[in-house]
Amino acid sequence: MSAVAEISALSLRYGRVRALAGVTLSLPAGRMVGLIGPDGVGKSSLLSLLAGARRLQEGELRVLGGDMRDAAHRRRVCPRIAFMPQGLGRNLYPTLSVFENLEFFGRLFGHDRAERERRITGLLARTGMSAFRDRPAAKLSGGMRQKLGLCCALIHDPDLLIVDEPTTGVDPLSRRQFWDLIEDIRRDRPGMSVIVATAYMEEAARFDWLVAMNAGQVLATGTPADLLAHTGSATLDEAFIALLPEEDRRGHTRVVIPPRPPGAEIAIEAQHLTMRFGDFTAVDDVSFRIGRGEIFGFLGSNGCGKTTVMKMLTGLLEPSEGEARLFGAPVDPRDMAVRHRVGFMSQSFSLYTELTVRQNLDLHARLFGMEPDRIAPRIAEMADRFDLTEVLDGLPESLPLGIRQRLSLAVAMIHAPEILILDEPTSGVDPVARDAFWTILGELSRKDGVTVFVSTHFMNEAELCDRISLMHAGRVLISDTAAAVITARGAATLEEAFISVLREAIGEEPAAIPSGQMAVGHTAPASVFSLRRLLSYSGLEALQLRRDPIRAALALVGSLILMFVIGLGMSFDVEELTFAVLDRDRTALSRDYALDLSGSRYFHEEPPLESYDDIDVRMRAGQLSLAIEIPPGFAAAAERGGHVEIGAWIDGANPTRAETVSGYVQGIHADWLMRKARESLGGAASQGNFDLVTRFRYNPDVKSLVAVVPAVIPLLLLLIPAILTTLSVVREKELGSIVNFHVTPVTRLEFLLGKQLPYIALAMLNFVVLTAFAVFVFRVPFTGSLPALSLAALLYVTATTAMGLLISSFISSQVAALFGTAMLTMIPGVQFSGMIDPVSSLQGAGRLIGEIYPTTYFIIASRGAFSKGLGFADLGQSLLALAVVIPVILGLGALLLGKQAK
Amino acid sequence: MNLSHIAQLGLKELRGLWRDPVMLILIVYSFSLSIYAQSNAMPEALSNATLSIVDEDRSTLSGRIAQAFYPPHFVAPRMISAAEMDRRMDEGQDTFALVIPPDFQRDVLAGRRPALQLNVDATRMSQAFTGSGYIQQIVASEVAEYTARYRTDAGMPVGLMLRPRYNPSLDPGWFGAINSVIQSITMLSIILTGAALIREKEHGTVEHLLVMPVTAIEIMLSKIWSMGLVVLLASTFAIVVVVEQLLQVPVQGSIPLFLVATVLMLFATTSMGIFLATVAGTMPQFGLLMILVLLPLQVLSGGLTPRESMPDIVRIIMSAAPNTHFIQLSQGVLFRGAGLDVVWPQLLALAGIGAALFWLALRRFRAFLA
Repeated sequence: MSAVAEISALSLRYGRVRALAGVTLSLPAGRMVGLIGPDGVGKSSLLSLLAGARRLQEGELRVLGGDMRDAAHRRRVCPRIAFMPQGLGRNLYPTLSVFENLEFFGRLFGHDRAERERRITGLLARTGMSAFRDRPAAKLSGGMRQKLGLCCALIHDPDLLIVDEPTTGVDPLSRRQFWDLIEDIRRDRPGMSVIVATAYMEEAARFDWLVAMNAGQVLATGTPADLLAHTGSATLDEAFIALLPEEDRRGHTRVVIPPRPPGAEIAIEAQHLTMRFGDFTAVDDVSFRIGRGEIFGFLGSNGCGKTTVMKMLTGLLEPSEGEARLFGAPVDPRDMAVRHRVGFMSQSFSLYTELTVRQNLDLHARLFGMEPDRIAPRIAEMADRFDLTEVLDGLPESLPLGIRQRLSLAVAMIHAPEILILDEPTSGVDPVARDAFWTILGELSRKDGVTVFVSTHFMNEAELCDRISLMHAGRVLISDTAAAVITARGAATLEEAFISVLREAIGEEPAAIPSGQMAVGHTAPASVFSLRRLLSYSGLEALQLRRDPIRAALALVGSLILMFVIGLGMSFDVEELTFAVLDRDRTALSRDYALDLSGSRYFHEEPPLESYDDIDVRMRAGQLSLAIEIPPGFAAAAERGGHVEIGAWIDGANPTRAETVSGYVQGIHADWLMRKARESLGGAASQGNFDLVTRFRYNPDVKSLVAVVPAVIPLLLLLIPAILTTLSVVREKELGSIVNFHVTPVTRLEFLLGKQLPYIALAMLNFVVLTAFAVFVFRVPFTGSLPALSLAALLYVTATTAMGLLISSFISSQVAALFGTAMLTMIPGVQFSGMIDPVSSLQGAGRLIGEIYPTTYFIIASRGAFSKGLGFADLGQSLLALAVVIPVILGLGALLLGKQAK
Repeated sequence: MNLSHIAQLGLKELRGLWRDPVMLILIVYSFSLSIYAQSNAMPEALSNATLSIVDEDRSTLSGRIAQAFYPPHFVAPRMISAAEMDRRMDEGQDTFALVIPPDFQRDVLAGRRPALQLNVDATRMSQAFTGSGYIQQIVASEVAEYTARYRTDAGMPVGLMLRPRYNPSLDPGWFGAINSVIQSITMLSIILTGAALIREKEHGTVEHLLVMPVTAIEIMLSKIWSMGLVVLLASTFAIVVVVEQLLQVPVQGSIPLFLVATVLMLFATTSMGIFLATVAGTMPQFGLLMILVLLPLQVLSGGLTPRESMPDIVRIIMSAAPNTHFIQLSQGVLFRGAGLDVVWPQLLALAGIGAALFWLALRRFRAFLA
């Protein structure tokens, strides 16, 4: 038996967490190999190493006959491997349509238009998705999204298909169809090896060869029959438990829930519940009755309406139609008494991670209004019952998933509710912990008479419920005991019974194309640089931008708003300053003096002052910026040529304004003196020995806007494009689609340039809008060469978008990206680039940053072209500086961006 | 509404914050070092201005003039030729260029009033005005000193005595310190409530609260009191220790009155944080939205440049912003020593704006949770 992958002593760590601990394994070629085990045992880590998406740490790994440490080998085999990561549609782009998603992958693998069209049409027909060609991926059901993910993985006819938990959260029928599809494709391509991870043991029974994993290690390998025979078990679930080391198995018993004593009281009743969100009906006419103490199971795919039903039962949502009743009383969201009778454990709730176990229990007890002296005993009781005593003072995050789920249940039970509503409480939990959890549920129901309403994806859990309902697309399809469902459908297992119910509800599967029609053509080996791959990412980015109007709108409108704000806010001319006069002279001359002030456009005169106290009071109240005191005998002294002083009190609370006021008042005072001197001396008066002729160049009227606006444009073209490009890469990292970059032949430079192009276009559009706004709205005169400024802008936004890419190469969360980019661009942009203080007047580090920061050169170009009448020849140096900086930034970005995840 | 619920949930928020070292460091930093640094970094009106001199006279007097310019107001001037001047100004290397004509010294001594030419790059508004004033004074005093032994000038008949009040040396760091305290108050109260709310939504813990017997208004009030308390304590520390003690800014008025106003301000800004979070929904959108809101709040509320310089429409719109009133009030109370009799309109405005924002946020918050 030849091997598709040879693994020896492979280890992997994430910080202090060990994901793989010395795995040695040989995976057979041409088979369907399954990795089984609960969440967090290292399945996904192993698969991503096999796909070349993650960098090897310790150990050796050979895939398709070559060493995966060798970058050249990875590049060679990359087009022969396909990888579909975990999670619904993680490798897809939700806003793109089915066809656009497929086309993106086709381009990445170098297919021309005709080839793409042929392959996509073939794959869609094959998977029965032709009718959904133009539907956005986000609007597909879970099962369809997984099929599309598979199509994307298969577009280049891989020899090795790696699929990570493709059916988690998908309804039983779609699950069945998915595996049929894979088998069908394997019939066409018998040489293809498939490696699959799954948490559903029922599915694993169909695979050719299994690897059971726990805690980063391999427990056992072999065919399903081997594993069952070896452990002497009837099902793979039991076999897996038997394979676990002794300490993990300790205390495990099979779940046995005794039969329910008959009782007539109805605990939960739903009557024709309907919920509509806009024109989408999430829940359609759902009715059921659940008796006190019953365990009622709810099954269905993600997004079928289960959670919505639960929210209506707890009063979180008000139904559009119908009614929910608890113990005979209608559920009223405003009635707090109802909530005391219900305990809820939501799918996403993982407790307050910042509070300890005890604090979590305590908080909930208090919120439910328990008597303070009863709280401590109750916490002790719950800790004892749910086996939490030892971890009471630990933080939830330090606990294993299984214990955390028990804690969530304890929190939901703290106030001794009569009804428990649990939304997928055991997803991702290992079989031993799941059995312990269900043992507790059994006790609660049978001993304490608690009614349990629980949703699950696991068939063996569904069989433990007293009754089960199957929900699909907002409707309950069947509701009965497990045995009755199986008998009614004449099926062998509960899963088959459900599949037949679903098939009946949805209609027959679309006809599949007969085998042998699609495996044609060959994917070319990856070249070193491909314009098609580059443009493939550009097209992707442009489409996403078009489909997310908020982002583009924030970029365009936001920058206009900011320009407006800064343009107005950074104004240096101050008008309408309030002043009042304390005229203790009351002569024609003193009135003449005051008239000069009130006549200027800078000052606005308030009612005259009466006394010194008046100055105090009114200035303290902020009514006056300036108070002028003209002393008694002012006119007489001035006539005589004697010395007299006018007092000017200035409100110094805001020093900027005070400086302006003192400048204005000094100017007006000097003018008044000159005028008086000319009047009395007939023009012969002269002061000083020379004249200083001041020429205000480039901005003769000395307007703030003319000075500020040409410097604001560079700042905005820095901040917003950089944030957008950073986010465009970091989003992919956070949402998971970055894996497409890791496992397809696209190179780092193609990826970066491809991502950059649409944002350069957007930034240039932004430049046009801002410039037009400056010229036509702010009326800033444009005196230089527009083509020269446009060229400078093009170079500049190429550099600023590249800076975003550079930043994104070392940041991985969106919030950090936002604040990081703002910090790394705003401070140098505002303070070191000559926007306010010229670079030449800076010192130290600020000076150095200013000298190399691209914004410095674009501010020179922008001011030059707007105000100084400069053209190409004059701006040559700035253009050159901008052109030189681009390859430096892009090169650094490409160096820092790993082609593999770390 | 149950006061015990509000108290318990608020305690939960405080415990959560206590376990978030990054946020704690950010809070401490923004109310201590950041204020200290910003206040000290506030440049004087003119610093390190670049000046070139075209000296066509090359006399003793022109040499003295050239030597009269030195740091911190000016960098040491560069002597250039007339041909270089235009290029250097075009390239933005010089803000000022002073041209001293041939025979300047001789003409001055002969009383012929020769003209000096000062070229100013008026696109650099921050330096253009004050700089040319300084240059005029410096040149005048050099010339006067040089010619003193030949002639004496009569003093001005009417003098102007400038008396800046509340900040006699017009040290921009005083107001800068208060302004950065206000900036920190605004920014942190918005981030603490808004980002925390979005994080809770993303982790699904808000939804969980709603199945318990607590109401939306209780959740909101618990966030407002707990985060408001944190920012209030931090800003008290900032005013009493950093501003008064470390920066030695004399505070004239009543600090308790200022703190009462801070409480009202926090009521408004924490409500605004919750409102923004409910509008944004996701963290990146919240971040962009926050920048779009914070920047105008800071630039247009009178903290950076005087409100008098803004167009009426902006002033009217900004009178709906809590910052505008809070800045007016802080100036009045802290520097001018104004009492309740003077600042009651601002207190009233803050309370009104706070109530309106709270009501808006509560309406959105209920929809946000559904």
